Amino acid sequence: MKSRVIILLGSLLLAAGGAGAAEYTVAQHNKTFEKDGVKVEKMTIKAGDTVHFKNMDPWFHNVFSLSDIKTFDLGSYPQGQQKSVVFDKPGTAEVECAIHPQMLMELEVQ
Amino acid sequence: MKSSMMMTVMIGLLLSMNLQAAPKEDYLRPEKVPAPASNKITPERVELGKALFFDPRLSGSNWISCATCHNPALGWSDGLPTAIGHGMKVLGRATPTILNTAYQRKQMWDGRFRSLEDQALGPIAADVEMNQDLDEVVAELKVIPGYVSMFEKAYPGEGVSQATIAKALASFERTVVSTEAPFDRWIKGDETAISESAKNGFAWFEDGSKGNCAACHMGFNFMDDGFHNVGLKGNQDAGRFAEVPVPVMKGAFKTPTLRDITLTAPYMHNGMYATLEEVVAHYNRGGDTKDNLDPNLKPLNLTAQEQKDIVEFLKTLTGEPMVVTVPQLPQ
Ligand code: HEC
Ligand code: HEC
Ligand SMILES: [Cu+2]
Repeated sequence: MKSRVIILLGSLLLAAGGAGAAEYTVAQHNKTFEKDGVKVEKMTIKAGDTVHFKNMDPWFHNVFSLSDIKTFDLGSYPQGQQKSVVFDKPGTAEVECAIHPQMLMELEVQ
Repeated sequence: MKSSMMMTVMIGLLLSMNLQAAPKEDYLRPEKVPAPASNKITPERVELGKALFFDPRLSGSNWISCATCHNPALGWSDGLPTAIGHGMKVLGRATPTILNTAYQRKQMWDGRFRSLEDQALGPIAADVEMNQDLDEVVAELKVIPGYVSMFEKAYPGEGVSQATIAKALASFERTVVSTEAPFDRWIKGDETAISESAKNGFAWFEDGSKGNCAACHMGFNFMDDGFHNVGLKGNQDAGRFAEVPVPVMKGAFKTPTLRDITLTAPYMHNGMYATLEEVVAHYNRGGDTKDNLDPNLKPLNLTAQEQKDIVEFLKTLTGEPMVVTVPQLPQ
């Protein structure tokens, strides 16, 4: 797990070195994914951008994706914690919470 | 004056304790039962679905109906630790109630079906359940005139097909919803509807530093449409992991509703607990198998009285007895 985080950080640095990669925060709130307080089901970002997944609920959430462009599993973590993923390849990633399958979003990486 | 001051202080204390107390409206049943646009609920569809649900001719042996296992006299379950299917085969999992399945986003202990329509043909075809070829079922129903006209009324022009059988069964299941329970009357303001012990039990149930039950059993249906490993001793069933191969899903099962919970013993996906007292004691121990245990669970250190209170509260979730008329099957 730790090594994965380091790899993620590493690729973040590499990507960030290029054309000013952006960072986004997606909240896990009321068993939905939210951006700026609004439920988000589809989001568009650029290759190299980072998404922070932050748990705002008083119970654990998970974040994972088994998509072609990115496979990851952030495990489960409690309220207040966040974990981050760099999406380095263009394409579409389905991001889900394994615990609550209603938490599902599509990330379009350009 | 003095006593109302005391009350205010006490309510304040209670509020600050119940870190995640949900607003009371969250516990009211949604006014409408959800149904897909492609299968709106009509009386004809419900009537047809009910006949199919109670009809053993849907099984290979002509002996087992949906209601054999989902028996309305036993809380729409079977009172067994795990189900008994075709050829008296004992299955690996308990029969869940079909109560309030209309509100669930996933069906089955491992959530392998999305909708009630997706689910309905599964048990007919499963060799261990009703062991019936689906084409054969359609052919058999097509020669029963009573059914042919019921299908025509329910799904004009669609005929007797696997799809219409599934849709009708789902429509009937959408009418099996919980009735008003003492807990609901209390939520709506009747302070006499439940005991003081049950009220305390509800507070422990919601309180993140006490029972923490509402981290998973939340809202009016007391479930989160989620999957958790609650650390049952000796469990070998991978559960949700077979559907979603993510490590946190190993041994995880769908959070069941707690509505009418006194009617559906024994408890858990493998029926290992006979009583609610045993279930609460399990949670108080923080589960038994710690391997991949859901991190919301931990030893609770509840007193004997607090555990009793939670059981008293759970008992208030059983609604008025449902009046179920058994259909005369079409000939
Ligand atoms: C042999 C007993 C048996 C019969 C017959 C049977 N079921 Fe079930 N049913 C089960 C068991 C056991 C499960 C849980 C299986 C699992 O999760 O793997 C289940 C699960 C379900 C669920 C999901 C409930 C939930 O909360 O997830 C529904 C809905 C359902 N059955 C409807 C039906 C219908 C409709 C029929 C008739 C076509 C039927 N069942 C026939 C035993 C039976
Ligand atoms: C981490 C989520 C979670 C928490 C917290 C939790 N439950 Fe559960 N509960 C579940 C799941 C999942 C099951 C089914 C587990 C299985 O069968 O493997 C279950 C099963 C049950 C059942 C049996 C239902 C049935 O139909 O078989 C009861 C009763 C119950 N829980 C009550 C409680 C109480 C009371 C608390 C608090 C002391 C609590 N639960 C805390 C997730 C949870
Ligand atoms: Cu979640």
